[in-house]
Amino acid sequence: MNKDIPVASTWAIEARGLEKSFGEHRALRGIDLKVTRNESLVIFGPNGAGKTTLLKILSTLVKPSAGSVWLDGIDIRDKSAQIRHKISLVSHQTFLYDNLTVFENLKFYGKMYDVADLEKRIKEVIAWVQLESRLHDRAGTLSRGLQQRASIARAVLHNPSILFLDEPDVGLDPHASAMVRDILGSINSGSRTVVMTTHNLERGLELGDSIVILDRGKVVYQATREAISEVNFRQIYDRYTETGR
Amino acid sequence: MNKTFTKIFAIFWKDMLTELRTKEIIVSVLVFALLVLVIFGFTFGAGLEVTEMVAPGILWVALTFGGVIGLNRIFAVEKENSRLEGLMLCPVDRAVIYWGKLAGSFTFMLAVAFVITPIFLALFNLPIFLPRLALIIILATLGFAAVGTLFSALAVNTRARDIMLPVLFLPVVVPVIVSAVKATGPVLAGGPWGDMLTWLQILIAFDIIYLVVATLVFEFVVEE
Repeated sequence: MNKDIPVASTWAIEARGLEKSFGEHRALRGIDLKVTRNESLVIFGPNGAGKTTLLKILSTLVKPSAGSVWLDGIDIRDKSAQIRHKISLVSHQTFLYDNLTVFENLKFYGKMYDVADLEKRIKEVIAWVQLESRLHDRAGTLSRGLQQRASIARAVLHNPSILFLDEPDVGLDPHASAMVRDILGSINSGSRTVVMTTHNLERGLELGDSIVILDRGKVVYQATREAISEVNFRQIYDRYTETGR
Repeated sequence: MNKTFTKIFAIFWKDMLTELRTKEIIVSVLVFALLVLVIFGFTFGAGLEVTEMVAPGILWVALTFGGVIGLNRIFAVEKENSRLEGLMLCPVDRAVIYWGKLAGSFTFMLAVAFVITPIFLALFNLPIFLPRLALIIILATLGFAAVGTLFSALAVNTRARDIMLPVLFLPVVVPVIVSAVKATGPVLAGGPWGDMLTWLQILIAFDIIYLVVATLVFEFVVEE
């Protein structure tokens, strides 16, 4: 197995033969995936397809049962702490502490990531997610939408080069969802690799440079955004996933 | 090294701040430990013979079982809102997370012990100022916190975590409880240092063993 892919690898993310089992249940069944630098990849799939498991493996939270992952050319098994400086994850769980203010939450995570000039950086990211007026409010007092914006600020605080988004708009009302979508739309701006999972076909197509459909732990479809239209993508999705069967 | 301490302190400070605002751990442990002391205090009275016989056991029953309640919350707060995943994503050695959480649990348990102990001493008509007892409490609390933090992380991923923690924790921590009780006896009876020295040495030995082992195995406990 080749662990010595040079750091200058063109792939921001490369996964080979990823498998994950939970007891008898095989959540992933041999996933191969390549994502180029600064690309936005959107992973679609029905519930139980393995999207979250895949993202947890890519973000070093879960170890695969088999297969390998390289992020920026580095094997995540070898230098996981080093890798974690380069990545971040936004999920429908915010990872925020309800009884700390937004500022205290960001300060805590900033210290954990050795963020230089932390207070200045907090002001930058808070301005970006338009949460300045709530910076000193406790996270638990914010609405779900505002918490998710604070969570996005937490995720980009250390300026990660790879950002994983696991259904970031789940549980948000349409207004909050639109706000989060706008923020996420500007998140890579050509300088960040983004991998997002979602059920929402329209939203996913808006954000993705390329598309993957996962079903029953396997990649069943892969294409670039230009190659598909919104109308035929719904047909493709139905055809390749259980909903279409 | 400096960065490591900064991160340990960041976790510790985050837990302190949360606890200062919620008082979830301190209040519940304090109330439980006080109840135990009062019930035993009224049951046995404050005679000299009784004090020598049962008082050390009463103090450590209160602190141990009260401690279990507090330890259950140490990692439960990280489980809510998947905060543990947020911590695990941080670019730090798992031991840093362990030591940060350990510092918090040690401080909470010590704070409770230093509130409970004077009440206990007063209930049993004992002198309030006992520096040797303070030393025993610090050493025993360190042992409790070292094992308790590890098992709290283990239990938090189980369905019956409230039951699982005492089941895992109490058998392992028996040497600390026994040493603490045995060392406390001579202190309350006004005996010489020599009577408690062996038990203090055992406490120190177990503290070191628990701290080293827990630091080494913590990664396997929290990693999926």
